[in-house]
Amino acid sequence: MFCSLDRSQEVGAYLYQVPYGVLKPIRLHYQKACIPAVKKTAPQNTWVQHLKRIQADEDQQAFAELFGHFAPRIKAFLMKSGASPSMAEECTQEVMATLWHKAHLFDPSRASVATWIFTIARNKKIDALRKQRRPEPEDLEWGPQAEPEASDVLVLQQESQQLTQAMTVLPSQQRDLITKAYFGDLSHSEIAAETGLPLGTIKSRLRLALAKLRQTMK
Amino acid sequence: MNDMTQIKHHLTDQLMMGYAAGALPEAFNLVVATHLSMCDSCRAAAQAYDAIGGAILETDTRVSVADDALAETLALIAQGPSVPKPLNNSDVSAPLAAYIGGSLRDVKWRSVGMGVRQAVLSTSKLATARLLYIPAGAAVPDHGHRGTELTLVLQGAFRDATARFAEGDVEVANEDLNHTPVAEIGEDCICLAATDAPLRFNSWIPRIAQPFLRI
Repeated sequence: MFCSLDRSQEVGAYLYQVPYGVLKPIRLHYQKACIPAVKKTAPQNTWVQHLKRIQADEDQQAFAELFGHFAPRIKAFLMKSGASPSMAEECTQEVMATLWHKAHLFDPSRASVATWIFTIARNKKIDALRKQRRPEPEDLEWGPQAEPEASDVLVLQQESQQLTQAMTVLPSQQRDLITKAYFGDLSHSEIAAETGLPLGTIKSRLRLALAKLRQTMK
Repeated sequence: MNDMTQIKHHLTDQLMMGYAAGALPEAFNLVVATHLSMCDSCRAAAQAYDAIGGAILETDTRVSVADDALAETLALIAQGPSVPKPLNNSDVSAPLAAYIGGSLRDVKWRSVGMGVRQAVLSTSKLATARLLYIPAGAAVPDHGHRGTELTLVLQGAFRDATARFAEGDVEVANEDLNHTPVAEIGEDCICLAATDAPLRFNSWIPRIAQPFLRI
């Protein structure tokens, strides 16, 4: 599952050598993203059903459609993060294989499919490009008897789509700075957590989803 | 885990965004992941920053994959998942358990003087992670920081000039803070700490010992 280790000298391996604490966070005058009016309709294709089909039926057609949409995005993300085209290709396939094997862990009341795939791709990047382990929080799973409520899934998926919309209407300078942070072009001391994106509602929604999950785990 | 509703000191947004973006050194990731396992409000906040990553993936550029990429991936899937080693009977949360081989009882402590013990954990060299064992009532030598120091309480509690830190609390200290953490009477205090630059001790004896202790 791992990319071969002889690639440490490839482009991108150096990105992590920035001395921490030397650089100051870059300050911009952040503008709040202007969010288009909230549509109270069901979200369009959120890919949630595709993951359910993979999990329940090992549905290769659903996987092929997900692959068609996300694999080119994962590959671009990995290349912008410093991977060579061949390494990005290999790692993209590994990310998508992980998606198949971990489909049962996907919780649509806590992440959109795009967000979940992002976390797998990010961890692959840290593992394969940076040669670091990636400590992750303890897994929280719905037990065999329980699953998230449909209304919670719907709202979280809607809020994820609104965040994506907000991303597209951010002033380009602000958006560039955020994407730089996520592609690994900024050290942690340069990251400014003030993004201008409306994160408050999605945070409280996630907090609620965790509380419900914790109740079923007791 | 125990009831962690009493956590008073949380991670900063900058750290949670850095964690979501994958921009933190491994030692910091370890402290963040361990705190997130204990604190649902920070876990929710960190997942909100993950959602920004999802939005970037959805809206940013695309690069064509190879013609046989799907077939290759299905072949990879047919090989089966890589099975992670389960760690049983741990007294700490999963991310930390993976670094100490299961339990706090297995940790090989080294004395750093004044009754305080430490164990440096194996991470990438950009920052250092260590467990600190501070006997009840004892103090960690007065020190300052060049970079950032994260200290997460796993057991017991300590106080410094700024506040009291108990189980699950994390102190985020920067170069402005000189402090002398003192463990409370009653229970030995165990902390997980990460630093991205060597600590600066304010008396000369620890300063001489510093290169040997990697503190």
